[in-house]
Amino acid sequence: MKRKLLSMLLTVSMMAGVLVGCGSQETATTADDKSADTKKETVVTEKDTPTADSVDAATEQGKVVNVYCWNDEFKQRYEAYAADLAATHGVEVNFVIVANENNAYQNNLDAALMAQESAAADDKVDVFLVEADYASKYTKSEFALDVVGDVGLTEADLAGQYQYTKDIVTVDGVQKGTTWQATPGLFAYRRSIAKEVLGTDDPVEVQAALSNWDNFDATAAKMKEAGYFMLSGYDDSFRTFSNNVSAPWVDGTKIVIDENIMRWVEQTKEYTDAGYNNMTTLWAPEWSADQGPDGKVFGFFYSTWGINFTLLGNSLADATAPQEVGNGIYGDYGVCEGPQPYYWGGTWICAAKGTDNIPFIKDMMYRLTCDAATMKQITLDTQDYTNNEAAMNEIANSDYASDFLGGQNHIALFAEAAKKIDMSNISDYDQGLNEAIQQNFHEYFEGNVDKETALENFYTAAFEKYPELTK
Amino acid sequence: MSVSNRLSKKKNKKVSYTKWGYIFLLPFFLVYCVFSLIPMLSTFYYSFFENYMSGLKTIGPTFVGFDNFVKLFTEADLLKYFENTIIMWILGFVPQIAVSLLLAAWFTNNRLKLKASGFFKTVIYMPNLIMASAFSMLFFTLFSNNGPVNMMLVDAGIISEPIHYMSSTVGARSLIAMMNFLMWFGNTTILLMAGMMGIDPALFEAAEVDGASSSQVFRTITMPLLKPILAYVMVTSLIGGLQMFDLPQILTNGKGGPDRTTMTLIMYLNNHLYSKNYGMAGALSVIIFIVTGALSVLVFKMLSAQREER
Repeated sequence: MKRKLLSMLLTVSMMAGVLVGCGSQETATTADDKSADTKKETVVTEKDTPTADSVDAATEQGKVVNVYCWNDEFKQRYEAYAADLAATHGVEVNFVIVANENNAYQNNLDAALMAQESAAADDKVDVFLVEADYASKYTKSEFALDVVGDVGLTEADLAGQYQYTKDIVTVDGVQKGTTWQATPGLFAYRRSIAKEVLGTDDPVEVQAALSNWDNFDATAAKMKEAGYFMLSGYDDSFRTFSNNVSAPWVDGTKIVIDENIMRWVEQTKEYTDAGYNNMTTLWAPEWSADQGPDGKVFGFFYSTWGINFTLLGNSLADATAPQEVGNGIYGDYGVCEGPQPYYWGGTWICAAKGTDNIPFIKDMMYRLTCDAATMKQITLDTQDYTNNEAAMNEIANSDYASDFLGGQNHIALFAEAAKKIDMSNISDYDQGLNEAIQQNFHEYFEGNVDKETALENFYTAAFEKYPELTK
Repeated sequence: MSVSNRLSKKKNKKVSYTKWGYIFLLPFFLVYCVFSLIPMLSTFYYSFFENYMSGLKTIGPTFVGFDNFVKLFTEADLLKYFENTIIMWILGFVPQIAVSLLLAAWFTNNRLKLKASGFFKTVIYMPNLIMASAFSMLFFTLFSNNGPVNMMLVDAGIISEPIHYMSSTVGARSLIAMMNFLMWFGNTTILLMAGMMGIDPALFEAAEVDGASSSQVFRTITMPLLKPILAYVMVTSLIGGLQMFDLPQILTNGKGGPDRTTMTLIMYLNNHLYSKNYGMAGALSVIIFIVTGALSVLVFKMLSAQREER
């Protein structure tokens, strides 16, 4: 009997072992899949966190602030201008970075928000960032807190911000997010190529050669003759067309392909067949290389963050050397308005429902998005276009000059363009549908499929992403 | 009396041993039930529901009967994805079985006495040890438009313009088939060798004495006696082929390009799961389960029926 009992015990413990083994393996493989798919990366900033008793005001708060975002742009801003807040509040800021592509960021964030109630205090989402392409999805939900009523910023704090940056995240009169940047778009061109082909690199005269799509096409032909490309790839002009549509992507549940989107298709096909572009795709290594010292591309459509964050980085010959004239083509870019006004991107900070760090979030939001002095400093340091109308106008009217743009005061151009931003046609589905139409039409541009097939494939991909949509 | 007593004791002991056998099998069945059977049955159940996420709202689950299945067959290109999967499997499997048979025959041939066969057996198995996603990424880099393969071919003057492998159906499918072949032919060789070594050597010797050529030996002795192992290889490879996912997924960045001609069934399933469309994904899983089961039974029956005829 004793032996029986013992073997019973052994069997049970073995079973338990097997079960436990299986369980942990399961999670390990799913985590693996995820990381392969979405390049998930958790960055823990190391801060000398003061002990709880040294900061009495902070004792009410959770110890960890989890920030969900898709690249390290916000992390850089936070570390440069608001990192001291972590020490004052006695918290540790943990960035959870998941790349945006193929809705990966949104899916990851959705899962985290769904689990918000049952998550341990230190694992809850405290702050998440959203892009214009899908901001409304979150601001319409209960997960984003009211920045005035819940977080505690005042109307006066927010008064200096561009109205459109508030409108985009406002639902039924409640503002649910706040941003440090406004994102008007411009056309950034290579001064050396402009001089060679157009005979001038003066922004006003270059703008005259690009003032509408007909002039733009004519300039493209000249570039081709001189051995240059007008644009790098298929997606470069997409935003300029897609921001000027007459209706949102989705009407009820029906996908509406705007006339302007089809004009992008026609133009890009024409440019590809004529050799006006270098057949790259957005964010591809070849596309980034086209912006560097060896690039043969005349210009790029870029909004504010693109110029100081992406284009500047790509223009350098040596990324670790100081950013100054002589390093790669630093100083060889200039900006002008381009054929049509547009905007691209923009990052809003939202406080998540269920956070236990409201005081910290309030101070951080105030510092990064409301405080005129900080925002002016961000612009002067990084050439980013920040979300404070008065501060930006002050810089626009000053003798501020950007070394990177050959001494041009691009803030003045941005200040003009910012007034024209119209975000009335955004929808919850913009990211998925913009991505799907770009990807599926690449094959049409490359000549693999005809236009009808590309359109058919676009619908198929759209329905896979959003089952509720119809043709 | 004492003898019968002892006998009955023995009998009792035997019975209790059998019991232990079942008890030791229990963990497997428990784990199988929890991690395979119950999820499978619940997949069947959920395939009849409409259940997905719209933004941050969950739609359903609402019972919709066979709607998901009907939609898959009418609106989606299910047959196209099935065709893609099968074509890529066959493209990889045919060279795989041919090369494996040849290598296995060489390695087991007593007259050839290959030197360092242990070394070669290890080397051909190596590709299988690399993670499929890493292998796929490697091929993606090698065969990209500005990749080393194109550069070498252009430098050698064989082609004048870089070939866009991933932009053509034939190119992308062949790459995937080639990767499958490279990854699995070593594994198949080892399996076939095990089968060939199980054949009675006396048969080979007898054939030799009778003056049979090596091709005759292969055709009339090795192949017929290898049938059970061949059936096993076919069925496992078919199941693996229908579940092809990681190689095309990574190579085409999940898009199954060009024109969705390398989109496999499981990639299509993954797209539905990615957007949290559980009802549709469940229905697709059920279809894949039925197709896999039916094809496996068919292949198995074909091969075993032939053996009985002999």
